[in-house]
Amino acid sequence: MSHSTTLTPTLEQRGFAAAPNYELLPKRGSSGDGELLEVSMGPHHPSTHGVFRMDVVLDGERVVKLKPVFGYLHRNHEKIAENTTYLASMPYTDRLDYFCSLTNNWAYALAVEKLVGLQVPERAEYIRVITAELTRLQNHACLIGFLLQDMGASGTPLMYAFREREKILDLFESLTGARMMCNYMRFGGCRCDLPPGWLAQTQQVVNETPRFLDEFERLLCENEILMARTQRVGALSRELAINTGITGPMLRAAGVNYDLRKVDHYGIYDRFEFKVPLGDHGDTYDRYMIRVLEMRESVKILRQALAAIPDGPIIDPKAKLRGFRPKAGEAYGRIEAPKGELGFYLISDGSPNPYRYRVRPPSFINLTVLEDLCLGHLIGDAVIILGSVDIVLGEVDR
Amino acid sequence: METLDQIKSRLTHALLGARLEIVPNESPSSQRSLLVDSEHARAVAQWLRDDPELCLDYCSNVTGVDWLEAVGKTKIKKTVVVDGVEKELEETVDSLRSGYLEAVYHLFSMAKKHGPVILRLRTENRTDKNHLPSLTPVWHGCEFQEREIFDLYGVVFDGHPDLRRILMWDGFKDHPMRKDYVEPDDYEYEPTPHDAVLEKAKKHQAQEAKP
Repeated sequence: MSHSTTLTPTLEQRGFAAAPNYELLPKRGSSGDGELLEVSMGPHHPSTHGVFRMDVVLDGERVVKLKPVFGYLHRNHEKIAENTTYLASMPYTDRLDYFCSLTNNWAYALAVEKLVGLQVPERAEYIRVITAELTRLQNHACLIGFLLQDMGASGTPLMYAFREREKILDLFESLTGARMMCNYMRFGGCRCDLPPGWLAQTQQVVNETPRFLDEFERLLCENEILMARTQRVGALSRELAINTGITGPMLRAAGVNYDLRKVDHYGIYDRFEFKVPLGDHGDTYDRYMIRVLEMRESVKILRQALAAIPDGPIIDPKAKLRGFRPKAGEAYGRIEAPKGELGFYLISDGSPNPYRYRVRPPSFINLTVLEDLCLGHLIGDAVIILGSVDIVLGEVDR
Repeated sequence: METLDQIKSRLTHALLGARLEIVPNESPSSQRSLLVDSEHARAVAQWLRDDPELCLDYCSNVTGVDWLEAVGKTKIKKTVVVDGVEKELEETVDSLRSGYLEAVYHLFSMAKKHGPVILRLRTENRTDKNHLPSLTPVWHGCEFQEREIFDLYGVVFDGHPDLRRILMWDGFKDHPMRKDYVEPDDYEYEPTPHDAVLEKAKKHQAQEAKP
């Protein structure tokens, strides 16, 4: 392998506790002769969810060292945004995490609203919650599908998830005109009002979702292969999760109660009743299960939001589309995206372009812990652990 | 949560000699930040993380900012003797602010569910004195983000366990997020170039024609 990375220090040298369960696991899979094999996995390996590479050092089948290598999709999103106006970056945020363009839009709009001080009308807030929760539903469903695909359940769970996602993408299409690149939110509101009949259609999709979830859970949750491959694999401790800045379902699977919808109450999330599911062991099974449970909670939020959505304007009348020049200053806005905390940090110098535009990508930072999770496990498990981290390379590489 | 002024006054008592300064923010977000000198940055970070009241255990966002050299205007009062009468005049003097690179840390608390407290570290200049202490030993989550700043801005983090490029490839020169970065003239050109791009393309093709 011609890659010129240096060997990295061990976890102990870096001052962290050893990977959990390393000693507990039976010493299977080691070649016993101490000879190490370096494998470059990716960037075109089907299990890496895009162009992502892992430089793995193996003792037999056991992972001794793992370095994620990425940047293959790097296009310097931040620099491009610094060279255009604030609004012109909005469609480009769709391309970060292309599964969840609507939550990306929301995070960016929220940061700009903080920077300028815009008030979002009630109806727009409800639309934002509805679209964000639909996004979360389809993201989690697809993630579980891909995770099972990585385990060898080729097709069926993924197709079940995609069948459900299709219905939600149809809703997005009729609302925004695009299935994935929605470009829907604006600073201080949304781009256009709901088309006639959209709420009824959404209500129907939401009503059908629990049946899908029941079916999905019956199919998977107590599946013996799934349990054998995921339980006690890649356990993440509470302390390491917090110190590493892990967010989203991965953090909650480790048992830390930190959901920005509850902590920040951004938008109107304080009006809805829902629970934050938490894991016990922080292993891959918990990360899988958290997503299953979060989909149920999303359905609850959707039901409440659809019942209470009021009429009214959908954008702050003070919001300017042309000649938009925020006063000098800075703001950091963040939301609970399906993959974790998605933040935007903006510095304005009073010109039409942001002086500094920064995306805090959740899956990029969640990858920091990948090596710690995989150490001591088999190479086949590394694939599943990566799948349970839930990365999208459009966001990791930016 | 305590205000930034309270945090600053407690910090100055706890860590003698730390030079702290509050950076104002006039936007409606009113997120002010704390500028820390590089010598005491590690100690300040440790204190913020371990202080039982603040308990900033979670470093969310780490990012670089490039500030170029800029001309600041300051007004100075002068007494001038005009025709034998002393007069007080105001004069604007241009003062050159040297450029620097900045690392910004957004800290939150997962235990107490508050935040953000924003830390800023500044290098002395943009060329040779571009070192900052790494905060990765305090928050593991800074590891990749500090590597990204090193890659895109060229800030060298002392004490980082694995400081390499992360998004650009290893052989890449220069730091593309810097404000004065000029992209190399080797990209593929548009099929129908015009104006400035046409000029560039002509120059490029002439160079290519040479053996």
